[in-house]
Amino acid sequence: MALKSQPRVRVPAQAKAGEIIEIKTLISHEMESGQRKDAAGKTVPRDIINTFQAAFNGKPFFTAEWFTSISANPYQSFFFKAKESGEFTFTWKDDGGAEQKATAKLTVA
Amino acid sequence: MPPRLDVTLVSTRRRALKLAGLAAFAAVLAPRMALATEAQVADEMKKLFAGKTMGEGKIKLDMPEIAENGLVVPINIDVESPMTETDFVKSVHVFADGNPLPQVVTYHFTPESGKASASTRMRLAQTQNVIAVAEMSNGQLYSAKVQVKVTIGGCGG
Repeated sequence: MALKSQPRVRVPAQAKAGEIIEIKTLISHEMESGQRKDAAGKTVPRDIINTFQAAFNGKPFFTAEWFTSISANPYQSFFFKAKESGEFTFTWKDDGGAEQKATAKLTVA
Repeated sequence: MPPRLDVTLVSTRRRALKLAGLAAFAAVLAPRMALATEAQVADEMKKLFAGKTMGEGKIKLDMPEIAENGLVVPINIDVESPMTETDFVKSVHVFADGNPLPQVVTYHFTPESGKASASTRMRLAQTQNVIAVAEMSNGQLYSAKVQVKVTIGGCGG
């Protein structure tokens, strides 16, 4: 499945220096496990998002390697320690080589 | 007088039907449920951690005791660590011993994470154990295990 829909990302717009903020992400994807059979009895080939990465100002700080046991439309939450203002880049990559990106700005007061 | 109901006949017929139903159900389930075993999880862990000793504590694995729907079961991991440049959680590996494949997710943290904590949602094919192993920056390992009872399985459906 191609990554078509826009992922949803929730990041606080502002944070104090040194504050640990929670980031929540959600993307639409079948996460086809490769275990299912179709009506004709043929195995449906595996197609999952295998990597999710979060970076701040270009530097990756959190990576998740997902396997087939992750639910469809994968949700991921994690944390980040705010130090300076900048921009987050979130990247999802699936088995078919498709890539989807989302960005979010953070202002540190 | 109403016709006499043959109780024994009815009950044996019902029983036969019930048995046939069960057999069909088992036949449907059996071939596609090639599930991981505890041994497979142990193998996978041996490959990754090469027989290093595993401590208890520090890592908290939070999952519901009973999952009604095995397709989406929330899982939350929390590892105690100061998350400084010299002392942080490098990665967390999650395994399930009753799913078709033992691996669930691997997280890589950095000191910038601030907190070694993450939540996602996973599939559970049946009642089973979920095991999380945290690898610290100094190489120490900590593990946690929880059993989740599953009412409706979430794999291969």
